[in-house]
Formats: sequence, C-alpha cells, structure tokens
Amino acid sequence: MKRIDTPVDPSVKFKFARFVPTAFAALLALLMAAIANAQQNQTPNGIADDRAGAYALTNANIYQPDGSVLRASTLLIREGKIVQVDESRNVPNGYFEIDLDGKYIYPGFIDIYTEYGIPSLERESGGGGVENLFPSDQAFNVNDAIKSNFRASTTFVPDEELRKKYRRLGFSSVLSLRADGIARGTSALITLGDMNANESIIIPDVAAHYSLNKGTSTQQVPSSLMGAFALLRQTNLDARWFDVQSPRPFTDDSLEAWNANQELPQIMEVSNWQQALTVDRVGDEFETQYVLKMSGDAYKQAELIRRTNATLIVPLNFPEAPKVEDVLEAEEVGFSDLKHWELAPFNPKILNEHEINFAFTSSEANQDFWENIRTAVRNGLPEQQAIAAITSIPAEILGAADLVGQLSVGALANFVISSDALFAKDARLLENWVRGERFVLDDDRDDRNGIYSLNISSVNSSTNRADQQFEVELSFAGNKAAAKILLEGDESREVNLELTDDLVSFNFVFDESGNRARLVGWPDTGGWSGNGRAPDGSRLSWQLRQSGDLTVNANEQSNESVASGLPAPVIYPFSPYGRESAPEQTDVLIQGATVWTNEAEGTLVTDVLVRAGKIAAVGDNLPSDGATLVDGTGKHLTPGIIDEHSHIALFSINETATNSSMVRMKDVVNSENINIYRNLAGGVVAAQLLHGSANPIGGQSAIIKMRWGAPPQELLIDGADEYIKFALGENVKRSRNPASIRYPQTRMGVEQVFVNAFSQALEYGKAWDNYNSLSRSQQRSTIPPRRDLVDETMLEILNSERFVTSHSYVQSEINMLLNVADSFDFNINTFTHILEGYKVADKMALHGAGGSTFSDWFGYKWEVRYAIPYNAALMQQAGVVVAINSDDAEMSRRLNQEAAKAIKYGDMSEIDALKLVTLNPARLLHLDDRMGSILEGKDADIVLWSDHPLSVYAVVETTWVDGIPYYDREEDRVLRQQIADERARIIAVITNNNSSDNQSTAN
Amino acid sequence: MRKILEDFLFAAASFFLLLIVSNSNAIVPVPAEDQSGPIAILGAVIHIGNGQVIGDGVITFDEGIITAIGSLSDGINTAGHLLIELQGQHLYPGFVLANTTLGLLEVGSIRATADVFEEGDINASVRSAIAYNTDSEIIPTQRFNGILTAQVAPEGGLISGSSSVFKLDGWNWEDALLHPDVGIHMHWPSFTQRRRSPETGLFETVDNENYDGQKQVLHSLFQNAQSYTGEPLNLNLQALQPVLNGGAKLFIHADEAKEIISAVRFAREYGISDVVLVGAADALLVQDFIIAESIPVIYEQIHALPSMNWHGVDKQFKTPFLLQEAGIKVGIGGGATELQSQRNLPFFAGTAAAHGLDRETALSLITLNNAEILGVSDRVGSLEVGKDATMFVSEGDALDMRTSKVLGAYIQGRDIDLFGTQQELYERFRDKYAKQVE
Repeated sequence: MKRIDTPVDPSVKFKFARFVPTAFAALLALLMAAIANAQQNQTPNGIADDRAGAYALTNANIYQPDGSVLRASTLLIREGKIVQVDESRNVPNGYFEIDLDGKYIYPGFIDIYTEYGIPSLERESGGGGVENLFPSDQAFNVNDAIKSNFRASTTFVPDEELRKKYRRLGFSSVLSLRADGIARGTSALITLGDMNANESIIIPDVAAHYSLNKGTSTQQVPSSLMGAFALLRQTNLDARWFDVQSPRPFTDDSLEAWNANQELPQIMEVSNWQQALTVDRVGDEFETQYVLKMSGDAYKQAELIRRTNATLIVPLNFPEAPKVEDVLEAEEVGFSDLKHWELAPFNPKILNEHEINFAFTSSEANQDFWENIRTAVRNGLPEQQAIAAITSIPAEILGAADLVGQLSVGALANFVISSDALFAKDARLLENWVRGERFVLDDDRDDRNGIYSLNISSVNSSTNRADQQFEVELSFAGNKAAAKILLEGDESREVNLELTDDLVSFNFVFDESGNRARLVGWPDTGGWSGNGRAPDGSRLSWQLRQSGDLTVNANEQSNESVASGLPAPVIYPFSPYGRESAPEQTDVLIQGATVWTNEAEGTLVTDVLVRAGKIAAVGDNLPSDGATLVDGTGKHLTPGIIDEHSHIALFSINETATNSSMVRMKDVVNSENINIYRNLAGGVVAAQLLHGSANPIGGQSAIIKMRWGAPPQELLIDGADEYIKFALGENVKRSRNPASIRYPQTRMGVEQVFVNAFSQALEYGKAWDNYNSLSRSQQRSTIPPRRDLVDETMLEILNSERFVTSHSYVQSEINMLLNVADSFDFNINTFTHILEGYKVADKMALHGAGGSTFSDWFGYKWEVRYAIPYNAALMQQAGVVVAINSDDAEMSRRLNQEAAKAIKYGDMSEIDALKLVTLNPARLLHLDDRMGSILEGKDADIVLWSDHPLSVYAVVETTWVDGIPYYDREEDRVLRQQIADERARIIAVITNNNSSDNQSTAN
Repeated sequence: MRKILEDFLFAAASFFLLLIVSNSNAIVPVPAEDQSGPIAILGAVIHIGNGQVIGDGVITFDEGIITAIGSLSDGINTAGHLLIELQGQHLYPGFVLANTTLGLLEVGSIRATADVFEEGDINASVRSAIAYNTDSEIIPTQRFNGILTAQVAPEGGLISGSSSVFKLDGWNWEDALLHPDVGIHMHWPSFTQRRRSPETGLFETVDNENYDGQKQVLHSLFQNAQSYTGEPLNLNLQALQPVLNGGAKLFIHADEAKEIISAVRFAREYGISDVVLVGAADALLVQDFIIAESIPVIYEQIHALPSMNWHGVDKQFKTPFLLQEAGIKVGIGGGATELQSQRNLPFFAGTAAAHGLDRETALSLITLNNAEILGVSDRVGSLEVGKDATMFVSEGDALDMRTSKVLGAYIQGRDIDLFGTQQELYERFRDKYAKQVE
C-alpha cells in the first residue's frame, strides 16, 4: 500500500511538518483514506472506508492559463475534484491545510499520445511470396487495416511501472491508443493514479485515430503510401454510403464504428510534413479537420503547416548528434541530418512563431522529456506556451477542458507542485496530485545540501576518548544523499551513507587504525543526532549541524539565457543545395547562342529574350530592355529536357492491387529529393512521375516541373492533363516471385484485367447516369450508387479525361492493348519502355499511340531479349511520336546523351534526336502548347549548354524553369562551398559539445 | 548496318564490304578468318591509346601483329599491303572492358542463364576461363562499340575465383583466351550494411556484425595458403599460390575508405605485391594511401549517382580525373553497371573527359591503363609495333555517342563481323517500314 513514488523524508515535507515525523504519519494515513474513497466500484475486503479527501493547499502560487500566477493563494480540493481557487488563505472547516510556502501549483500535465496500458500486437513476419489477398474472415472491413471498431478502453490494463514513470514527469492523465492500422479506432483518456481500470478511464472513447501505416494487417493492400491515402478516401466514401442504408446491405462493424467515431476528435499520425499536407487535403475533401500527430519536422515548412489550420501533436524527441568524430564516418553523415540535429530543438519555437496550436507528447522523448522541453524554452518557446502544450491545449483538443488541463472549480484535482516557477533554474517537480491522490516525486531535500560539522563524543568515559569534530559535506542529488569527510587541502574521505526519511546510518574511517566508526541516528530540530560505536567497540554520541553552504559548480550556472534566433536558417528544400529563398525570376536576354528552336527555323545562332517566365522573343539583335544579359557565344540553348518516365521525388512507387487506378502519385511527391536538383544539373525541367509496374493498372501520375525548393503541390504543373500508368508482361505477372498467386499470371489474364476493369467502369457509369437522371424528389428517396474510386478513374480514361502511359515490352502485348483500347473506343496515349515497339510501330502509328523508350537497354530479363537500340529510330520511321525516357534517377540527368544514341543507332538527324527528350515528350504529355520548343509565348524552360547538347562533352551552364535559374553552374560552386562550410560549422559544434561533455564527466 | 558502311566506306577498299557479310540467321557472327596478308591503313586519325594522336596516320600489320605505325610523312613501307584509305576517320586500339561478367551471364533475371556466383564464401579455385560462352548474344553488342577485349570475372562470396582476359572473337573459350587466370578476386567484407529499419521503414546504415568473422575467414585462408605444402590436397589453397608468389594478381573489391585500407593492408600482410583495387568508390578519401601503396584502381561508378546527397552533382563524373591527377593509375571497369549496358564503356570515358580529363587520357583509361592493370599490355591496349593488331575504325570520336560509329574492327588482324542480332532486326524492320511508305 505504498502511496508515494519515492522514499519520503518527513522532516522536510512541509514547513509545518519539518522534523515532526508524527505529523507526517497522520498525513499519510489521511492520504490512504482518500484513495480508498475513490475505489467505490469494488466491494472492499473489509469495512467501508469512505473519505472526503479534503485539502487546502495554502500559500501557493497558482498558475493561470494566461501565464499569470495567483500569489499566496489557496486551492481547495475534495473527493478528487477542485472545489475552490482563490487568493485568500481561507481554510474552511473540514479541510486539512498544507502550507506550500510559496511553491507553485500547475495543472496536471496531459500526454495526449501514448500507448499506456494498451497491449501491443505482434506483427506477423511476412510469410514467403504468397500474397495475402483477402481480409480476415470476420464481419469487419474489407481491408484489415481499417480497425475503426477497436476501442482502447476494452484492452486497457493499468501498468504500475509505466504510470509511475509518467507521474514522475508530472503527467496525471494520458490518452491511450493502440497504434495499429490505418483506422485505429478510439483511444481512452486515463488518469494515472493508483486506481483500477474502471476508475482510471475517465473518458472511454475520447478520440478517433488514424495513420498511413497498415500496422499488423498482413493483407497485401495497401502496400504503398499512396495506397494508404486512397484507402482512407475510399473508406470515407464507403462509410457514408453504408450509413444511409437501412437495413444495411451487409454487416460491417468497422464501418459502423467509423461512422460513430466521426463525432470524436480525429487524430492522424503522420511521419513527416509532406504527409501532413496531403492528409489535410484528404481531410478537406471529407470536411474533416485532423489533429496531426507530427514527427518533429514541421518547422521545415511551418507556414504550410499553419495553413492547414490543424492543431498539432508534437513529440519532443530531438535527434542525437550524428557521429562525426571519425572523419571517415563523418563523410557518411547527411547534410540534412546535421541541419536537423541543430534545428529540431527549435521546432516548438518556430511553430509558435507561426501561431500554430500544438500539444506536446513525451512518447518519443521518454525520460528526456523535461530536458527537451527546457531546451525548447531556452531556444525561444515562451514558457506559457510550453505549459499550455501539456495542459490546456491537449484538454481542448479532446474536449475535456472542464475535467483536465486547468485549475478550475469542478475539474479533477490533477496538479503538480513545483519548487519554483516551472522553468526557473533549478526548479523541481515536487509532487504530483492525481484526482486528489498525492504522489511525492522529490523530497525537496536539496535545501539541506551543505557543509556540516559532525561532533562525536564518547558515551562511556572508560575509554576516556576526547571529543572529535569532522567537517562533512552533505549533498542530495536525485533524491540520493551522499557525504564525505573533508580533510586538509582538497583531500576527502568517503562516507558510506544511508539516509531515509527518519533514519540515518553511516560509517567512515575514524582514526589512524584505518577502521571505521559506525553511526546511526535520526533527524532532530537542528539537523541529525544519534549514537554509534567507535572502531574499538566503545559507544559514541554524535550531532550533525550545518556550518556552511556548498560551493556551486560554475559550469551549471551558464546557458540558461533564452536564444534569440536560430543557429542557422531553415532552407528550402530542407536538403543540400537548398536555399533560404528561391532564385528570382528575372528577365534574361541570352545573346548569340546556337539556339535549337525545335520549330521550323531549326537551329540558328540568335538571341532569346525571357520575360516574366515566358519566352518573349527569338531573333537577332534583340533589345535588352533591362533584362540581364547572358553571353551565349559558343554555347547552345535548347528547350529543357522532359523525362516522360521517372520515379524520382516520390516517397512510394508501387501499389500492388491488380487494379490500383485510385492511387495518386501526387499524394506522395517528395519535394526534398536531391534528384530534382541533379535533374536540373542535367538540363531536365519536367518529368512525369509514374507509378511502378507491379500491377496491370497502376496509379495516377504526377507531372512536375523541377521547381527546386517549392513544396510538392507547387511542383505539379498547373492544368496539365491527367495520366495513369498501365503495365504489361513479366512484372505484372509477378514473374520474379514463383510463389505468387495474384491474378493475372499470364498475358491472357492481363488482357482480361483490362477488359474487366473497363466493363465494370461502364456498368458503374450507367448506374450513376440512371441515378443522375432521376428527379430531385426521386433522388431523395433513392440511395445513390456507392462511389468507387477505381471505377471513377477507369471511366475518366474512357471519357478521355485521363490518358494512359503503358509499360510494355513484347509485340504481342502491345498489339493486345491497342485492340482492347480500340474495342472500348479510346486511345492509348503512350507506350513506355515499348522495347519491341519497332515490331508493331506501324500499328502504333495507326492507333495514334506514342512510344517513350530507352535508348539502349536490353537483355536484363526475358521479355527484353530482342530490345534493340534502333527502336527509337524505327518507331519514328513508322510515324510514331517517340521519346527517350530514363526510368532511372541517374540516367535522367544524362538524357541528352541518351538521345544522341539515336544518331549512332539508326542515323536519326540531330534535330530529331534532341526532340526525343524535349518536344516529343512534351507532345506525349500534351504540354507542347507551352513547353518543348523555343517559341515566343512558351514557358521559359530552357537550358544553356557549354557544347553541342547531344555531345558527351556538353555540360549544363544554366537551367531555367519558368524563367527562374534553378540550376546555375556558377551558383552551384557557391552552394557547394556553403554546404562545406555549414557542415564544418555544425560538425565543430558537435565535436566541441562532445569534448566538453567528456570533460565534465571526467570532473 | 551495311547501309551505314556503304555510306562511309566508299573510299575504302571493297575489303570491308567483303568481310562484313551478314548471316541471314540471327545467331552470333562467325568468328573471323586469320589475317591472310599484310594490311596498311592509311589516312586515319590514329589514337595510340597512350595519350598520343597521329593526325594523318599509317599503320601496318601482318599475321595479327602491328608492324609499323607513324604519319603519312614517315614513309612507312606499304608495298605488298592491302591498302585501306580512311580519309580522316579514327583508328583506336580495341577498348578493354575490365571486370565484367560477359560470357557468364545472358539474362539477368533468369537464373538458368547465370554462371556468375558459385556457392560459398571461398571459391579461389573456380575459373571464369572455362565458363566463358563465346556464343553469348551480348558479345556482338560490345564489339559494335569498339570493345574487343574483356576481363571476365566471377562474383560473389569473399573469394570469387579467378578471372581471365578474352579476345571478343573465337570459336570457343580456349580459342578466345588472351590471358588465362590473370588474378583472384577478393570481395572485402563491408564494415557497414544498408538495411531497411524495422521501426521507421527507411534505409539506414548499420554495422556489419559479421565483419570480424568474415575477416577471420580470410586470414585463416591465407595463413593456410601460405603454409600450404600440397598435403593434403586442397584446391582452394592451391589456387591461391600464384597470388602469393607473384604469378597472379589479387583483385580487391572494396568501395569504402576503411575497407580499402584494411583490405590492402591484409594483402600486404601476406606479402602479396600485385594488387588491384576494383570499385574503390571512396578512393579519393584515401588517395594518399593508394599512392603510397602504388596500387592501380579500376573505377566503375561513372554513370552513377553520388552516394551522399551533399556531394557535388558531378562527383562520379569527375572522380577519374581527380584520381588521375592525384597520380593514381586508373582504369574503368564494367562491374557496377548492368552487363548489357557495359557496352557504354567508351561513353563512361567520354563523360570523364567532359569533367576534367583530356580526351586522349580518358581514352587511355579504357585502353592502355586497363591493359596494364590487367597485365596484358604486351598484347593490347595501345597501337604500338609488336602488339596485337586489335583495333577498330570509327567514323568520328568514339568516346562521344554523337559521333561514335564503328565501321570495322580487327582482333589480332582478323577482320571481325560487327553485325549482330540487333543490327539484323534493325534492317528487317527498317526495310518493312520502308516498303510500307512506298
């Protein structure tokens, strides 16, 4: 029945109780009574023991939500709740007074994101290559990652060890969830007193939880991040459709729960700021404002995060310093990791300056929580905001502000007592009260630190020993007492000491014999006193009396001042070669370069004027009109390279459902990917970011410009046509996985996937047409068809609102897809890879399909055995619009070289060869009205080369996108130097920190 | 292809046309006949392979061996020679592809076509020499770009076996061998390994827990090899003897800086003098060590991405130049590139030339340097009197894909057929579509 977290020294408990052990004993008895009072849901094994638990905490500084403090005030609590807060010293009858003597009371802290008391599930290890295509056979959702029916309260078991840890950090209540699944069901709000489960849970369903991680579900889909977004959207649609039907079309307890959970706060866990922005857009689609559980990187795009209007839950797990002591290992340390190490502790400050509402969680910081929250305050987070983030804000998020998070009448008696203002130097949490239950965290014994004089005299005069005096240094650190005998100079003698609340026992080398005196004693009014025995066994009597203060370690006094700014700016993107702000769009006149127009004029030496991001004029001797002059003499200016097939700058590539037309690559664009910059350095201005080829019907493309530094949504080309990836052949048959059972396993099945998908889509379209043709009143009495994101996308293809880029190799499958498209009356826009396109190029031309191919890849799998490097030339000969693409982050930056191979293999003209990577991909992406050639009015997406652009010897001097020089060879040198300098600076900070740590350890 | 040749060889003797006779069936070309009489090539830009160029050059060769080389003004005797006029086209020593699996692998994704990785960590005794398939369909694609010699190496384990150098023309592996068993390949264990974090799902670098154990396996092997007496018979220990006594090279495959140091020090500990570093991605970080140890480097990652985001975007392109400038002997290998794409070897060198190297030095990285590093420079790697007449003619600069058009090639004076399946298919469909237009 121990009710305190640490051994208590009664003598220092309260002013009035100091050195009065009996008073403490009485108090302890009262406390125990209060707890018994709370446990009313069980029949006691004994007689009833109901108590009021009425306390008056007087003379306290009581923290107010606005950051002010009620001085010398009184907090009354009774039966676990706050009864009164006022600025008097009014102790009504029936209240036991505790004089806090100027100590501080804060609302009990709330950790809004924990798994406290929730048994975690073991993830089953992936078993072989057989796909798990179906959900578990229970009446839950069609996808096992939708666990909305789960209620944390149903599995909650109090965890004594863990709650003690939380209490030590000052938490009196936590939200407990089970972090498993994309829909995770509901969490419970739980108090951390020593109560049973029934009493501990104060709100059983306090919030609904979501993530983008399918958790323990072994079902194959979703296997990608964009698949998780898609599942989130489809489940929202399913749930709404389900909800309007009576009777239900089938039983689905997950959807029932999903709908019921909508009234709760919706908390979404994300891994990075990019996910946060995407999931917030999904939320907007369904009028859901998620509370976003972040990972500590929101400062990297604080303004965009602010615009989500989301409240955040922010962990305080600042990264450990990267290992840089070994110079070779330091080479392997990322630039962003160094920057993040330095800036992550400023995340709270930056979020606050952007007026973002956020709560803290200790969940990833664990025992570093206080150290880190103090760091955040020292780095510029206002104290009031730091306190709100663990009190009022989490309470408001959960709609529980009347219960927890503030010291107001009627709220639970959850509060902490601090020795000083919470963030004052040396302030310590002394007590944590949970629903009127008192837990002592820190005995507040530090004020007994000091130099003492120990007087020892003989009790039995037979030895005739003279009185002896020693000087003793006594210190309390972390509730552990330590002592040593001070000798001449800096010498000291160790003391074995055991010091508890009411007893002290110690021994030390007493005299020249080298043997020890053993002493025992108790607190008295002036310190301690007691008896003992000398080494010779004679009895001793002793007193310990303070004679001086400890000297304070000078090191510890420094560094409490609040930092005024950041150690270094946030850069965009948060990546090497990022900048504080994007390069400016300026008017440029490039003079005298060899200009590859890709228009009727062909290639000529002339001037090109760029104004407001567009090509304003092409011609000789153009006036500069204030534009910046660029000398193009001896250089070549070409339209920017467009990569029709790329997978750079994506967080995820492949969803694995046979038909995943609902997934959107634009949900997973990573604008911080260095390959964007590397592409720019290779003259690439735009790319189609395609889904992979794991399935016949892949996902929706993202078509981006390489606007290095802009966030994901601003990379997307505004108004570009929509595309989708199809795939044929070995990959979609899962040829590399001999255990695969997923349909299709043959090219025959692949065809049926398409025929089936389009047939289903037509049926779906018909159902909606029927519904939409009903009158308003008829519609009101008719349940609309279920919206299906797969069918919707397939319909878009049939309606020419979305265009197909199909991965393909051998001639049979190319021919097949042309036939399928013809039979459903739409066109295949582009075949990609298309390595046997040369065998059916005439058919492709007739159909109107383009071909985007590799220059010279072959032989890496069976279906590319007869790939030939003449493919581009032959398809062009047959009248196909041909592009050369990369499908590879490295080759992407050398696409000019790849295009040149069409000269070597197939005698293509140089002008046509350059079009393979500029105008032709623009045509295949329907962007040729604004990109792909140097023509007045088109986007100024252009590249200045040092040499003939098809030559292996050419390097890019400058790449402009929308007239902005995102890559410039000269600036690149400057950026490299900045990176080198910044690395050196941060590494020096880390190594200096480490060496001073070592020194202090040595001391 | 024949069309191309007709366009450019109008001035040449009908000789080339005679020799580049197509096989109408799409199998690999017939190996060439031995040189039947002395040949003189006139009017070429001759790239020697050692950094020198002869503008208006003459080269003569007989019985497969170069007999004279110089400029037209040198008065080289061409009497009795078959004369081939090149009119400013370029003559190169055949490119030497170091560290490749050519002839051991056909289709990467199909296990049955792979003879690259033998089972087990220690395979000193296995020899690529006897598995090299002269009928690989990949060989003609390499020859088409001027690659006429290749070092074929097994992979995998700690000791992969021995590599041999082949002429890329021959009826069978014995026929094609230029230099058998040039060295043993040791893959030094990695200090670290990349893996996907079970917690975050992101890739992370963690220590290789097996490093010490793997290193011990190598020590034990070399200790026993050093004291090997022949009793009892041990094929692996026996196979290591040439490496220990200087008769064969030790090719050390290591990429990271610390691995390079540890692996080379390991070799020195066992008195192995003839060491070549293969891969050596981090060579620049330990260049002083490599110079001090006088070890040549076969660098492989030119058309590759820098390993760290913060590296210069052109780091891979520039590394050969920086190594060369530091005084390290550098060659370029194929192993880090997909086998079928290793035909781009000349363009790896071209890319290096765009980033610091002068063009003739870049050329020497895939000719004379590679030949010297592999120990076959007495035969190939440069166009010098007494060496094999292994060379090719290109219409333009063969390091630049814009101008590289290989028109004809000799291996030991034998005029080889450059035509392969790919050219055959090209013509077939070019003609089909041409007829449709008519």
